[in-house]
Amino acid sequence: MASITDVGTEPVRYLKRQTRWHWAETVFWLATLLPFYFFPDYLQLASQIAITALFALSLDLILGYAGIVSLGHAAFLGTGAYAAGIFSKMVWGEPFTGLIVGTAAAALLGYASSFVIARFRHLTLIMITLGLGLLLEQAANSAGWLTGGSDGLQGIEIWPLLGHFDFGLWGYTAYSYSLIALFVVFLGARRLINSPFGLALRGIRENALRMPAIGAPSRKHIRTIYTLSAAIAGLAGALLAQTTQTVALDALGFQRSADVLIMVVLGGAGRLYGGIIGAIVYMIAHDQFSGIAPQYWYFWIGLLLIAVVMFLPNGILGGLQATANWVQDQWRKR
Amino acid sequence: MLPPVFGVLFDGLAYGMLLFLLSVGLSVTLGLMNFVNLAHCAFAMVGGYVTVLLMNHFGWSFFLTLPLAFLVPALLSVGFERVFYRRFYGKSDLDQVLLTIGIAFVSVAAAAWFFGTTQQPIRTPAILLGTYNVLGIDIAPYRLFLIIVGAAITLALIAGLEYTRFGAQVRAAVDNQRMASGLGINVERTFAITFAVGSGLAGLGGALAIQIVGLDPNFSFTYLIYVLIVVAVGGLGSIGGSLAAAILIGVSDIAGKYYVPQLGAFLIYLVMLAILMWRPSGLFGRR
Repeated sequence: MASITDVGTEPVRYLKRQTRWHWAETVFWLATLLPFYFFPDYLQLASQIAITALFALSLDLILGYAGIVSLGHAAFLGTGAYAAGIFSKMVWGEPFTGLIVGTAAAALLGYASSFVIARFRHLTLIMITLGLGLLLEQAANSAGWLTGGSDGLQGIEIWPLLGHFDFGLWGYTAYSYSLIALFVVFLGARRLINSPFGLALRGIRENALRMPAIGAPSRKHIRTIYTLSAAIAGLAGALLAQTTQTVALDALGFQRSADVLIMVVLGGAGRLYGGIIGAIVYMIAHDQFSGIAPQYWYFWIGLLLIAVVMFLPNGILGGLQATANWVQDQWRKR
Repeated sequence: MLPPVFGVLFDGLAYGMLLFLLSVGLSVTLGLMNFVNLAHCAFAMVGGYVTVLLMNHFGWSFFLTLPLAFLVPALLSVGFERVFYRRFYGKSDLDQVLLTIGIAFVSVAAAAWFFGTTQQPIRTPAILLGTYNVLGIDIAPYRLFLIIVGAAITLALIAGLEYTRFGAQVRAAVDNQRMASGLGINVERTFAITFAVGSGLAGLGGALAIQIVGLDPNFSFTYLIYVLIVVAVGGLGSIGGSLAAAILIGVSDIAGKYYVPQLGAFLIYLVMLAILMWRPSGLFGRR
């Protein structure tokens, strides 16, 4: 929060300045189009990365901005995925309505649980998010008639997008679809965190007790952001169900929650791009090392986590920024 | 027919004792230092593998391996405390969670590398096998043994905390860490010793758990969830609370699996959430 000190005159101008686009951001979003031309074989993977990035973005909103440590965020991804999958099986396979159903289901669940979440901090909060996630996974496992249980939800059929673009094998549609969803949500999130509401959230992260004292309704803010975050995670889940045309039980699992937490921290929490960068690095690394048996993959992930928390407390982006600042300082000294 | 009820209670009590051994160390260290140690069950797993290694490769008897299943994780945990944990005492929950999840991941991979991913077989002493029929109830001696060990350790811990100088220092530090260090208690040393004893007890629990729940590299995570539930329900830093919570969770889990098997572990998660919402700091927690 060092940047607040150089606000100068009024907070409005500070917020305005934050919303200006940096050239690196434009470059980044243009670069997301590269897979279409240079890696057409990897479009399926690229769509999975975009979806995971969306999921990571949703966690970053509550973790990086409101300081809510959640070990059960996959609950919302899974809810969105199952809701969209079941909707396509029972009603119809039109993709947009499926997305809306998935998002709405997760948002409802998020809203309901946000009343519990907003009351707690620290260990109790971690345990409650973990418990809700596990509870939901068990529920989905038990309700085999609806969810397919441990076999996963099979037989989802999604109609072509806009009646024209088929979700084929090559992933052109899947990647465009996921990328557009990611970009639209990103724009919304970017606007949200640079609003007074976003500032209030950062205040809650820095000191949860002091915010009510200056008149900010902390619990109401936490409820709002938690519901929004759940909705975005649900959207990611719905995209996942539609692009892969199946939903496995592990979409709700603890591993999924831990993975996304790792991605956000790896990229740098509380930076909006942190989750996205983390998801890209993690997914590409996972793809490249897919030959390794899963248990050894987690050996490296474990080492990486230890290294990140010990030496790179603000993730990759934090490290890059520190390096950039250092270079700038050296430059000025000359 | 009443016997099934008693059988379920008995099994639940034995299982609860196991959970108590696994979790009491975490409860006390959390109460002392507010350190969220998600790698606690990794130390329990070390205890389990020490027993397996000594029995299957060196032919030791089961009972002789138990002291080492306590000592090895205790010493190991001191090393980890010095190198890693110590730097994270004042840090945020998130940093502690990430560091210890990282350690737990590494432990899973290391166990898979050295011992393979399969369940470890052990030969339980003949004296603890079979069933005895007492007044129409089938009693498995291994479970009786668990209950006896659990009760003995509870008594030893309570006596140690209530009637020794060191115990008084631990209680003082749990109550008010700053005040305790102001009175000249070396809180860090107190913590290191408590941490070692807690990890050792987890190791003992891990060794005793092999017969009941098996041992594979995922132990670090499968039982972590149960342990966290016990800690959160029992309240931090309370031995009595941990014991009550462990028995409650043990009995609910066994009863749930016996009477409504289709729900799986659903019941204990529900019990945990209900208790946490009713009393956020656990049944016996004071904060």
